[in-house]
Amino acid sequence: MKVTADRTRCMAAGHCAVTAPDVFDQADDGLVTVTDPTPPDPARADVLLAERLCPSRAVTVHDA
Amino acid sequence: MTEAPPYPQPRTCPYEPPPGYAEIGERGPILKVRLYDGREAWMITGYRESRELLTHPNLSSQRTHPNFPIVAPRFRSQIARTLALIAMDPPVHDTYRRYLNPHFSLKAVRRMRPELERIVKGYVDEILDHGPPADLVRLLAVPLPSLVICRHLGVPYEDHEFFQDSSGAVMLGTEEESATAAQNLVDYIDSLVADQVKNPTDGLLGTLVRERVATGDIGHDELVSIALVLLIAAHETTSSSLALGIITLLEHPDQLARLHAGPSLLPGAIEELLRYIATTDLVATRIAKGDIEIAGRTIRDGEPVLVSGTLANRDPAVHGDADVLDITRENPHHVTFGFGIHQCLGQNLARIELEVAFHELLTRIPTMRLAVDVADLPILGAGTVQRVLSLPVEW
Repeated sequence: MKVTADRTRCMAAGHCAVTAPDVFDQADDGLVTVTDPTPPDPARADVLLAERLCPSRAVTVHDA
Repeated sequence: MTEAPPYPQPRTCPYEPPPGYAEIGERGPILKVRLYDGREAWMITGYRESRELLTHPNLSSQRTHPNFPIVAPRFRSQIARTLALIAMDPPVHDTYRRYLNPHFSLKAVRRMRPELERIVKGYVDEILDHGPPADLVRLLAVPLPSLVICRHLGVPYEDHEFFQDSSGAVMLGTEEESATAAQNLVDYIDSLVADQVKNPTDGLLGTLVRERVATGDIGHDELVSIALVLLIAAHETTSSSLALGIITLLEHPDQLARLHAGPSLLPGAIEELLRYIATTDLVATRIAKGDIEIAGRTIRDGEPVLVSGTLANRDPAVHGDADVLDITRENPHHVTFGFGIHQCLGQNLARIELEVAFHELLTRIPTMRLAVDVADLPILGAGTVQRVLSLPVEW
């Protein structure tokens, strides 16, 4: 599983950082940063939920 | 062809959908509704369809469009039609949003928690000193969000009652009252911004003066319009969610008992309450700026469209037992804060305010109950922020 986030789309709602805090964070500008671009399988459900909750469709999960 | 049903309709219970919405939900996920002025608009009632619509590139928030749906007379005013962020599309919307994002991020609002706890503790002290019956609207739900946003912006404390009253009138008054209150607010914020330009202080207004006005990114009038929206948006929504959330919990003693037994359930309970009470009823008013295909129908370029938070949050296609309050619901997803690029900027601040307030009330007044029958609580509002005028409790 590979995770990317598009900072040009991000609106800083913060759902990703709440849902999967080991994978996403908010930088000083409030926008998303991916802290673990290849999270382990147990994080899968949370990461997919973060993708679904993102209101600006900034988070994408790519299956390996 | 069945006639378009009226929308919005007033609630008869503060936290339940109006009885007439059942039929609207059954005719969803997309249908035409009739607005107060006789015009028709598309209405989305489905959860998935709401999210699809609100991320569609052909959706516009330009309230100056002649076909833009006006859901209540107070939204006709020029100020309501030109609100910063809310009535804007990209790219200007996104630029403004980026100026504000750092100040409403999770980290920014978490830093505010100790101060929030002190403020809430003070209000609950006052409630206990007052003794039963105590009106939680007057003693907590109205002043708390008002004080918090004033502190965040750096608005002088002695002016927070003026902001509280004026923003209430903007959201809930008649067309004339709303326009007058909005103009009073604009005039006041205008002088406040002028003061900040001369002598910027530590709050968000002073920070924006230093970071954005001094650099020429935005002008004085733009900062005034941004500050107006922040003040209005922060007041009524949080205030009403707090009051309606308390009523809903008190009316569901089984869920309240679970929360008392497991305080760690509070964040999930707040999400479920936000879903269930749908404080904003209508979460989006928009206009199509190109054709939008959704749920097998076509919204044509220039046609108005609305999203019902009340119905999307209780969409049986995604929520099992949607009409049941369950504070441990696995997926309490909702569109109460909207969806898409306009999703609420202050949502994390609102959540933390609710969490701190509920925690303090549950811990210090655990035997709290309504002092009147829920049917006797005075309700105000249809179509935007749902509100009770008073909330007497005893213990």
